Amino acid sequence: MSVEQDRFILSKTEIVEMYRRMILIRAFEEKSAEMYAKGKIGGFLHLYSGQEAVAVGFISALRDDDYVIGAYREHGQCIAKGTEPKYVMAELFGKATGVSKGKGGSMHLFNVERGFLGGHGIVGGGMPLAVGVGLGIKYQKSDRVCVCFFGDGAVNEGAFHEAMNLVSLWKLPVIYVLENNLYAMGTAVYRASSIPDLIRRAGCYDIDREQVDGMDLLAVREVAERSVRVVRESSEPRFIEAITYRYRGHSISDPGTYRTKEEIESWREHDPILRMETYFRDQEMVSEDEIKTMHDEADARIQDAVNFAEESPFPAPDDLYAGVYAE
Amino acid sequence: MAETTFRDALNQALREEMRRDPNVFIVGEEVGEYGGAYKVTQGILDEFGPERVIDTPISEEAIAGTGIGAAMIGLRPVVEMMTINFALLAMDQIVNHAAKLHYMSGGQVTIAMVVRAAEAAGLQLGAQHSQNLEPWFAHVPGLKVVAPGTPADAKGLLKSAIRDNNPVIFIEHEAIYGSKGDVPEEEYTIPIGVAEVKRPGADVSLITYSRMLLTCTKAAEQLAAEGIDAEIVDVRTLRPLDSETIVNSVKKTHKAIVVEEDWRSVGMGAEIAARIQEEAFDYLDAPVMRLALAETPMPYSKPLEQSAIPSVDDIVRAARRITSSNPLPP
Repeated sequence: MSVEQDRFILSKTEIVEMYRRMILIRAFEEKSAEMYAKGKIGGFLHLYSGQEAVAVGFISALRDDDYVIGAYREHGQCIAKGTEPKYVMAELFGKATGVSKGKGGSMHLFNVERGFLGGHGIVGGGMPLAVGVGLGIKYQKSDRVCVCFFGDGAVNEGAFHEAMNLVSLWKLPVIYVLENNLYAMGTAVYRASSIPDLIRRAGCYDIDREQVDGMDLLAVREVAERSVRVVRESSEPRFIEAITYRYRGHSISDPGTYRTKEEIESWREHDPILRMETYFRDQEMVSEDEIKTMHDEADARIQDAVNFAEESPFPAPDDLYAGVYAE
Repeated sequence: MAETTFRDALNQALREEMRRDPNVFIVGEEVGEYGGAYKVTQGILDEFGPERVIDTPISEEAIAGTGIGAAMIGLRPVVEMMTINFALLAMDQIVNHAAKLHYMSGGQVTIAMVVRAAEAAGLQLGAQHSQNLEPWFAHVPGLKVVAPGTPADAKGLLKSAIRDNNPVIFIEHEAIYGSKGDVPEEEYTIPIGVAEVKRPGADVSLITYSRMLLTCTKAAEQLAAEGIDAEIVDVRTLRPLDSETIVNSVKKTHKAIVVEEDWRSVGMGAEIAARIQEEAFDYLDAPVMRLALAETPMPYSKPLEQSAIPSVDDIVRAARRITSSNPLPP
C-alpha cells in the first residue's frame, strides 16, 4: 500500500485531531519544565518535546482497548492514549488526584482504564512486560495488540534480546516501537552499539520490521496503521524504528554538553508540529486562524491542568502504607 | 489424611488451582514436556495442554516479565524459576517491577503471580547452585515470601499463594522434595503470614522454616531424651512475618534459637532476633542464638559442605547451652 493511499484514507478530522494531540503534548511538556523550575515538580523529569509524532502517530492507530507500555519519557504516550492532561500534571505535582495517586511520579504514569500500562523507569524493563501482555492477549483469545515504546538505550540490555526472542518464538501480538532519538542519556548510538543501524537487531529474531521518520506524523501513522492491522490479524510481532529527536536534555538537569546547538537547531527545522502546519497550508486544509485557535485551546487546557494540580490535595499522611499489597 | 511427598503435594496444589481457575497457568523452563527440573509439574502438561503449561527458553528475566505482564491484564501465572540462583537474573523484573507496580500505579494493577524457586544446600551442587537467598526477597515491600517445610504446608500455602493478589516468592527446598507427610484429602488452604507451633515445649524455642524444620524436629527428639523440652515454631511465611506467634513462644520459654539455612549476616535470623528483642526483651533469659549457614561460598567437597550447614548436633549443643546455668557464649 502506498503512502498516498494510506494518507488519503485519513479524514481531515482525524488528521486535525492528531495535530491537536501533538500540540497539547508539546504545551504540556513546556509547561512542565516551567513548573519544575518553580519547584512544583520534583525528581527526574524527562521531556518528550520533539518526539510527539511518534506517540501520537502510533497510538492514534490503536483501539481504546489496545495496550500501551512506555518507558520513563512517557507523558506524551499517556496523554496520547486518552488521559486528561490535568491528571498527569497532578501526578507530576505529587497530588492525590494524579493518575497514580501521587505514588508514581513522572516516570510511573498509569491509566489502566485506557490501556496505558505504565511508565517504567528501568531501561528495557518494559520489554519483558510486553511479552506477558502479548501472551495474556493470546491466552484470553482477544484481538487486542500491545505497543511497547522504548529508547535506543534499551537495545543493549539483555531484556531487549530475551523479549524479542520470545515474542517472535511465541508469535505474540506485540509491536515494539524503538524511539531512536540518537542518544541514550549522553551517549550517542554509534558510541554504544556495535551495529548502529539498530533496526537490524530485529532481523536477528526474524521479526518483520520497518523504519520511519519519527518527525513526520503522517508517515508514522501510516506505518502504525499497517503494522497494527497486520499484528491484529496475524498475531505476529512487528518492530518499528522511529528516528526522532528530543529538543531538551535527557532529563531536566542535563547540561547537554554532548551535542551542539547547531545540531538541535537543525532538528528543529524538521519539527513535527511545524511540518503539519506546512502541510495544512500546502493542502489548504486548515487556516492560520484555526491553527492559532488550536494552540490557544491547548495552552488553556494545560493552564487548567496546572490550576487543577495546584488546587488538588497531597495524599493524606496515612496513605504512605496504603497499597503496598493488594487485598 | 494421605501420606504424600512434598513434591506430589505441590503437584496436587497446582492441578487443583488450575482446575478451579482458568486464569491460572504455568510458565518456565522445563515445566511442560520435561515435567519440571524437580518433577514438580509432572503430568500437568497432559492434563491442561501447552496453552496453560508453557515451556520457555532459558531467559529468566523475560520469564518473570511474562508472568508480570500477564498478571497486569488479569491472569494468574505460576512462574517456575527452576532454582533461586537463576532468579538472580530476573531480579530487575521481580524487585523493580512485580513488587512495585501495584503501589506506584496507585493500585491500578495487581500482580497476582507466584514465583516458584527451588533452593538447597548440602547436595554437593557447588557454590553457584547452593544458595538460600530468601532474605533477598523478604527484604522487599510488595513481595510475599513463603518457605514451607512439610508436604501439607507446601500444598496449602501454594494454593493460597496462587489465590493471592500479590507477587509471592514460593521457596522449595530441593533436599525435601521426596520427604513424606500426611496431607488432608479434603480441600484446604494454609493462610500466608501465619506461623505455626509444630511442637509445643517449655524450655527453649527453636524458630525455623523450610528444610531446617526437619533438622529441628530430629534435634527436639534427641533433646527430649535428655529432658530438654524444645518448642518448634515453623515460621513458614518470611514476609509478612508472624511476629506474634514467634514472640508468644519466646514469652513462654524465655529462650530462643533461630535455625536458618541462609547466611547469618543480614539473614532471616537477624530480623527474627530483632523482633524478639523489640517485643519480648524482658522475657529473655539469654541472648537469642542463631545457627546459620557458614559464611562462605558453598564448597563442593562433602565433609566441608556438611560442616557448613546447621546439623542436629549443632542444634542439640546450642539448646543445651542456652538452657544451662551459664548460657552466655564463651
